[in-house]
Amino acid sequence: MKVTLRVWRQRGPGAPGRLERYEADDVSPEMSFLEMLDVVNEKLIAAGDLPIAFDHDCREGICGSCSLMIDGVAHGPMQGTATCQLHMRSFADGAEIVVEPWRARAFPVIRDLVVDRSALDRIIQAGGYVSVDTGGAPDGNAIPIAKAAVERAMDAAQCIGCGACVAACPNGSASLFTAAKISHLGLLPQGQPERYRRALRMVAQMDAESFGGCSWFGECQEACPKEISIDTITRMNADFIRGGTVARADGSR
Amino acid sequence: MDLRSRVPAGPIEQKWDKHRFEMKLVNPANKRKYTVIVVGTGLAGGSAAATLSELGYNVKCFCFQDSPRRAHSIAAQGGINAAKNYQNDGDSIYRLFYDTVKGGDYRSREANVYRLAQISVNIIDQCVAQGVPFAREYGGLLANRSFGGAQVSRTFYARGQTGQQLLLGAYQALEKEIQRGGVTMYPRTEMLDLVVVNGQARGIVVRDMVTGEISSHAGDAVVLGTGGYGNVFYLSTNAKGSNATAIWRAHRRGAAFANPCYTQIHPTCIPVSGSYQSKLTLMSESLRNDGRVWVPKQQGDPRPPNQIPEAERDYYLERRYPSFGNLVPRDVASRAAKEQCDGGHGVGPGGYGVYLDFAEAIGRLGEATIRERYGNLFEMYERITDEDPYQVPMRIYPAVHYTMGGLWVDYNLMSTIPGLHVIGEANFSDHGANRLGASALMQGLADGYFVLPYTIGDYLATARPAPVTTSQREFAEAEAATRERTARMLAIGGSRTVDSFHRELGQLLWDKCGMARNAAGLREALARIPELREAFWRDVNVPGSHAELNQALEKAGRVADFLELAELMCRDALHREESCGGHFREEHQTPDGEALRDDEHFAYVAAWEYAGEDREAVLHREPLDFEYVHLAQRSYK
Repeated sequence: MKVTLRVWRQRGPGAPGRLERYEADDVSPEMSFLEMLDVVNEKLIAAGDLPIAFDHDCREGICGSCSLMIDGVAHGPMQGTATCQLHMRSFADGAEIVVEPWRARAFPVIRDLVVDRSALDRIIQAGGYVSVDTGGAPDGNAIPIAKAAVERAMDAAQCIGCGACVAACPNGSASLFTAAKISHLGLLPQGQPERYRRALRMVAQMDAESFGGCSWFGECQEACPKEISIDTITRMNADFIRGGTVARADGSR
Repeated sequence: MDLRSRVPAGPIEQKWDKHRFEMKLVNPANKRKYTVIVVGTGLAGGSAAATLSELGYNVKCFCFQDSPRRAHSIAAQGGINAAKNYQNDGDSIYRLFYDTVKGGDYRSREANVYRLAQISVNIIDQCVAQGVPFAREYGGLLANRSFGGAQVSRTFYARGQTGQQLLLGAYQALEKEIQRGGVTMYPRTEMLDLVVVNGQARGIVVRDMVTGEISSHAGDAVVLGTGGYGNVFYLSTNAKGSNATAIWRAHRRGAAFANPCYTQIHPTCIPVSGSYQSKLTLMSESLRNDGRVWVPKQQGDPRPPNQIPEAERDYYLERRYPSFGNLVPRDVASRAAKEQCDGGHGVGPGGYGVYLDFAEAIGRLGEATIRERYGNLFEMYERITDEDPYQVPMRIYPAVHYTMGGLWVDYNLMSTIPGLHVIGEANFSDHGANRLGASALMQGLADGYFVLPYTIGDYLATARPAPVTTSQREFAEAEAATRERTARMLAIGGSRTVDSFHRELGQLLWDKCGMARNAAGLREALARIPELREAFWRDVNVPGSHAELNQALEKAGRVADFLELAELMCRDALHREESCGGHFREEHQTPDGEALRDDEHFAYVAAWEYAGEDREAVLHREPLDFEYVHLAQRSYK
């Protein structure tokens, strides 16, 4: 099959960018989307042009590196699938495909399709952990945890930190990302001591990184390659509100 | 070359405890005066950086990805072993130790493996405390599953994403320490050289992958947790960015490289579909708990699998290995699949595949149970192949997955360069000639959380490294050499892309130094690799400049190093005139085709010393003594 690509090219952070047109012939339906880009890049290099820069690493949908807006949809047309696991059989022969980077104020473009997502790390730094140092942990079976609670925690913990939720959100909000971590830890007994403090701090950091707020469009859960539910955002909001009360009561804020 | 293992004396159960007491300590007030450089943020590097910072050291941590959370440990699926004996099925530290030494085909250091088994139980406790959502039973206690090479259930898991959850635990601990100020994190920064001052590892040269700036960092010790070198084969289950540059550059600076020919070919991967293939995807070994491996008895049978009656199927693992069946270790399962395909029984395009069939398990347990155990793996398979494994058997074929070889380290995880410590897959230490499933996560976290943080203190307290700054001559020289090499690659302007060289090298290695090797093939590879290297430096085309984000340049540097490493792998494979674990020399096999070791001549670690650009590496030997495990022909029958 053949496809026509219109790809965002931008030399550097401050440089102007524009969509360039490339023809991809000899595309196999069994190829992944990134393998199709690899082939285009090999041709670009052979022709003396610069290859298209894009983030990718594991190519099995778990590292969260890949980050392409395909025809205006984060990670493209297939639900619950990161770009690296999207295959060309999802596209029609002769299709024209527009490929852009994540677009959000908090994710500046570094080059072409590569953006800076370090703001997500800083949200985790603000409290996305259980403050236990190595050593001194009690036996793993010391605290029984209901299977259902662990399963729900795992549903949220699956977040791969790709940022598709931010890219898909009209507000550029990182609510789903932040809520996934707050829910993962908040659903487990280990996460209880810091539960409210965590919610307050992580939400404050999200705001400080100039992500937008949540106004319940729900685009994030549609785009999420791990299909994390916006129910987590309800939990985040509840912990955030309760956190304000708790913090005022014990002066811990 | 000093290859003393520094294994403490005494009974094996007491060695680590005794050693921990005998090691020197750094007092809390002095720890913050020491800077430790940690390269890599996977399970080993991430856990080490976090723990060293918790102890009070000043840590500088580096990764090439845009976030430490993306290190390739994240892709590990099946689980992590620990000798908890929660299942009451006869497990113990000694049994885990024994299984691991046997699984490694008696080519690992007993004392290291015993310590690993001891620490395994602490790892689970630590990870649970961090909030890792391990699978649980209805009563709320931790669940286990079985893995290859063991007859007990000792593998802890979080669905098919165990590596992800363990790595996020370590990553979160690291982020906690970054917030506290103990760790300075440098993402999108790649180590390109090691700096040695007065015989001690004192720093690294790095390239900022966004601006292209080359600079160096000084410290009192350097820790490499940079993973394995499976990508030398081009096609592997490793992430695209996984590379050997950090360990190879350290090797060139004097660190011995141990057992480079020990590579693990994982039996259950999705077969190659075309020449554009960029990587191979693993299907977790845990699938062999319930999936049955088979091929048609008739060669080249064209019928779809559901039309082949039971009597015409060969469940060859169950037939050949009745006691372990589908759960034989990886090396055994991979070779058996290759034999079936070479014998014309392979299935799927090109005949490079065998079936992994869940029909019987679905019938016995119900689809819901199978979905709960393996749902995400089945989905992944369907996304890639467009086939539904609930309806038709999976097609699988072996693929390069892990490298047991790596930089030589002593019991303290220190290389032959004082101050250079190597942890996780990057070192050679614990898996011998074959790693058992669910043991990589165990080793990475054991090294990072519980071994290195002690042993590095002993090094610092004993060696008392003198103050050092990056303005010293050695740093300037290493930086200049790195700049010169980068400029040289960019100036070639040849006709071939980096990937074309990498593919050619990978195919050559897969053919001559892959699942089965022989002397003639290895000699041929040893003749062709230098030619390919020469062609690379003459004819590669690396576009763009150094002073920008340049992914082609990043790849070029890595492939240039693979082109050197590949030669050492073949040399090691040629010298080891025996078969053991993942190293299968066709000349050395038992009458029924199993690996035939030669303990009299090869019960040693081969540690290679770099001798210069155009000179053959020099072989040194660390003898392996087996005091506890009885050396035997491995049998899983």
